[in-house]
Amino acid sequence: MNRRLASVLLYSTLVIGALLSLLPILWMLSASFMATGEASSYPPHVLPDHPTLEHYRALFTRLNLGRSLLNSVIVTVTVTTVSLFVNSMAGYAFAKLRFRGRDRLFRLLAAGLVIPVQVSMLPLFLLLKQMGLINTYWGVIIPGLASIFGIFLIRQYTLAFPDELLDAARMDGAGEFRIYWSLVLPVIAPVLATLSIWTFLSTWNDFMWPLIVLSDQDHYTLPVALANLVGEHVQDTELMMAGSVLTVLPVLVVFLFLQRYYVQGVMAGSVKG
Amino acid sequence: MPSIARGVARSERNPAAWLFLAPALILIAVFFLLPVIAALMLSVTDFDIYALRDPANARLVWLENYARLLRSPLFWQALRNTLYFAVVGGPLSIAASLGAALLLNGRTVRLRGLFRTIYFTPFVTTLVAVAIVWRYLYHPRYGLLNYALGWIGVAPIDWLGDPRWAMPAIIIMAVWKNFGYNMLIFIAGLQAIPTELYEAAEMDGAGSLSRFRHVTWPMLGPTMLFAGVITMIGYFQIFAEPYVMTQGGPLRATTTVVLLMYEEGFRWWRMGYAASIAFVLFVIILLATLVQFRLQRGEER
Repeated sequence: MNRRLASVLLYSTLVIGALLSLLPILWMLSASFMATGEASSYPPHVLPDHPTLEHYRALFTRLNLGRSLLNSVIVTVTVTTVSLFVNSMAGYAFAKLRFRGRDRLFRLLAAGLVIPVQVSMLPLFLLLKQMGLINTYWGVIIPGLASIFGIFLIRQYTLAFPDELLDAARMDGAGEFRIYWSLVLPVIAPVLATLSIWTFLSTWNDFMWPLIVLSDQDHYTLPVALANLVGEHVQDTELMMAGSVLTVLPVLVVFLFLQRYYVQGVMAGSVKG
Repeated sequence: MPSIARGVARSERNPAAWLFLAPALILIAVFFLLPVIAALMLSVTDFDIYALRDPANARLVWLENYARLLRSPLFWQALRNTLYFAVVGGPLSIAASLGAALLLNGRTVRLRGLFRTIYFTPFVTTLVAVAIVWRYLYHPRYGLLNYALGWIGVAPIDWLGDPRWAMPAIIIMAVWKNFGYNMLIFIAGLQAIPTELYEAAEMDGAGSLSRFRHVTWPMLGPTMLFAGVITMIGYFQIFAEPYVMTQGGPLRATTTVVLLMYEEGFRWWRMGYAASIAFVLFVIILLATLVQFRLQRGEER
């Protein structure tokens, strides 16, 4: 008896939690298909009376958000692929190559993790201005190309790689880059997957730095374009919801397809500390 | 013997290692560590829009920016708002995460994977986009939230327009967005607790509450510290939520330290002053992290 009651309580709590988690996202999706003004009616409509694609059409024609979508893709794909190489090379070197001052250097780098990124933003802006990179893709991309967190993650995972295999490959005359490329990378593929999903999501969702560096609409990434749009179109609820769907959908799709790697990575990272 | 000599030689100088490290180290040094040091120097100058045109216009003012900061009511308000968000929102987030993790940790729960994915979904969404969605959910007349509250007889609340409610509204949204991440970390922590401990407690006749108090809670200590520190550091840096939802209002009730730094530095181009704000934030985060470590150690004793 008691057990049955407990399980009813458990599952109703779980279902309510799931509804609360999904409701804002589902309402966004539903409102994006409503006719203009329908989302601002009382009592609220849950589903559109006559679903329409007009807001999505407006986003791509009148408001040129297709350009922002393209910008976001360019920036995110570049950062994700390049940083994967940069971070994995460094993480591998810290884990498996012996050189003087290695551990001291790594500790120094790890200490940098406590510095909030905002501290670097003002001088970084001035530096990129000197280099002529303000309001360019590179201005957004460059600061994301290497990350202390990424190096840290790769190093922790690669520490377990057996040294004997590396030495055997060296005896056979394999070059250091060859060893990294065809021996190490395939073995650490799971952590590479975790890191690239992490980088993809955080670069796509990043707001503050692109907002600072980008000053004209042709370069805006989606979050910046969206924040700009809400200033002018705050009354157009349905249009703003369509813009939000356009921004969120790519990351949701990536997450849902690859969530196995991502969720496991987050959980493994935490246990190892 | 020769192999040892070779090992030493390799540990002394290893050009290959430096080639592997060079791209990352150069990027981090030039685009992160140098700017951090430069920020310290910037914070003792009056670097402003004239200096932006010609750096020669910047003068050394030593600690004047910091003195001005401490005299500025707006800075203190931003600090209070940020502390409010971190001190109330942080523990609420952690509590929600722990609650969800405990629910999902039961061995008999069906569809665990599905629930876990659903709860984690808000975390991966784009903050700017969902902040806009919540702006409409909080609408005093047409918002779903007030409509739902109306069912249980609560009068409409002007969530984002009332200075008393704006920060709680942002906290609710942040808890919704973030709890899934710490939930995963707690699930991992719970799974690492040996089942023998629970069995032994059960043999001693401990009920489920007492098992939580004497087994789960102490064993979860390190996980709690990790989650607490990560959450607090993130919450002190809150920026996009007030930028998108309230622009720091109403009556500056949601102006946070980073939002203030952004406005001073990148809207009014008072970059020297803004740099001093950034450094004060850094020091506060550092102190708060130390306090958390100290608290944790106190609890272990």
